[in-house]
Amino acid sequence: MEKEFTPRITSFVCKWCTYTGADLAGIGRLQYPTSIIAMRVLCSSRIDPVFILKSYLKGADGILIGGCHPGDCHYETGNYYTRRRFMILKSIFDSLGLKSDRLRLSWISASEGGKFARVANEFTEKIKKIGPSDTKRNMFL
Amino acid sequence: MSKVIKIDINSKQGLLDFLEHLLSNNEISGVMSLRKINENGICDYGLITEVDDLKSIEPFAPVMPVNASHILSSITPAKKPIIAIIKPCELRGFVERVKRKQGSMKNIITVSYTCGGVLPLNTFQSDDNEKIVSEYFETIKGTDTPENVRPVCKACEHFIPMTADITISVFGNKDFNSKSCLMMNTEQAIKLSKSYKCEIVEKKMDDKLMDEILKKRKAGKEKLYKEIAITKDGLDEFVDIFGKCIGCHGCSRVCPICYCTLCDFESSNYDYKVDLIENELSQKDGLRLPPDTIFFQLGRLNHMSFSCIGCGQCEDVCPAGIPVSSIFKKVGESTAELFDYIPGKDVEEIIPVMMIKEQEFPEVGE
Repeated sequence: MEKEFTPRITSFVCKWCTYTGADLAGIGRLQYPTSIIAMRVLCSSRIDPVFILKSYLKGADGILIGGCHPGDCHYETGNYYTRRRFMILKSIFDSLGLKSDRLRLSWISASEGGKFARVANEFTEKIKKIGPSDTKRNMFL
Repeated sequence: MSKVIKIDINSKQGLLDFLEHLLSNNEISGVMSLRKINENGICDYGLITEVDDLKSIEPFAPVMPVNASHILSSITPAKKPIIAIIKPCELRGFVERVKRKQGSMKNIITVSYTCGGVLPLNTFQSDDNEKIVSEYFETIKGTDTPENVRPVCKACEHFIPMTADITISVFGNKDFNSKSCLMMNTEQAIKLSKSYKCEIVEKKMDDKLMDEILKKRKAGKEKLYKEIAITKDGLDEFVDIFGKCIGCHGCSRVCPICYCTLCDFESSNYDYKVDLIENELSQKDGLRLPPDTIFFQLGRLNHMSFSCIGCGQCEDVCPAGIPVSSIFKKVGESTAELFDYIPGKDVEEIIPVMMIKEQEFPEVGE
């Protein structure tokens, strides 16, 4: 029997909102898949798009970015910058024929444990549908 | 409408006369322009401060040995006024650099012209340079862009200088060899020309003619984008294009926007140590060496694509023959469009990644 594909989703989550939200999901015993590999950053604007590219080219099936809702950033404006950078990255992916569906940015606040679990489930399902990333096997990267 | 100085000699001589007058009267301290360095017609940029040396300048030579915005960065802020004769894309590049605090507009009077395109360095420096250049100037009297210019030049829609103090009509100008018209666009330029005795008229650029050129350039752009279009979805074709990259980073060295003296991608952060290579080989069948060439291109697109002015310098220097500039121009247009940003349009504007707007992209974040 063929083994079921479990995606590896690199997630960069903001310490103040999404990481706490993920904690809350754990405390509330909400189920979400193990495909999410969370990395805590101090602010979503700390994420250089280059981090995302690196994980994409090294074989991540999906990349999830979690930040505070617009206006709620702990550093006031950090997530607005994230949003701009994310849009630039997405448009680069689109125009080069790479699958921008593998990227996702979600605003999840500290109180939204439920939303974190939902996003994790949804995104994993979506990546399962798209299939494993080509970058995993391609030796020319 | 802008004030125009009319001189009844050919455009180059007219400009030369004007510059000689300014330089000998100490209105300006120097002229930065392309100049001939030997009999074969090879040109490079030079900063000229003596009236006698002015004769060697070739202000309209269709070549870009280096993007002039690099040079302008290093000679600004100038203590005394300098006139810089540069191409429209070089001017846009300089504006982008000024936005990044890599130069200053202070005391720089920019002279630019409607540009018919730039010849690749190899073409320009070949043995029959004279013939190629005269053919070039013959072609741009009409509205057609010469066939042998850089691929991105054929697709360039910004051939009219955007922020130049003085504009000269070259592309599409039938009277290029008989009359010269210097359009004074700013107060600074008008002030300079006050002491120069000449005929001054009010004139506008020939919109109909410019529209015709623009139409042809737009068609050229469509053709270019079709040529480099990535038809298949996914990595394969993308790897085909950038797989040739030898990782020399020449494209970022010559890029007017990439100003960092130590590029992040050249720092030890991205060094491949033995451990890392072994770790990767445990997961993959093989590893391309040198690694990270594709990563570098994607990363660079992220850092500067929205400011790409499409000068074509990177494609010119690429030893592997990757259509870098065409791809960067295409991707850059899509990223700049997100923020309605036109690189090099206005020096007061802030680059998209340095500013925010609260209400935008409502579709993101679900």
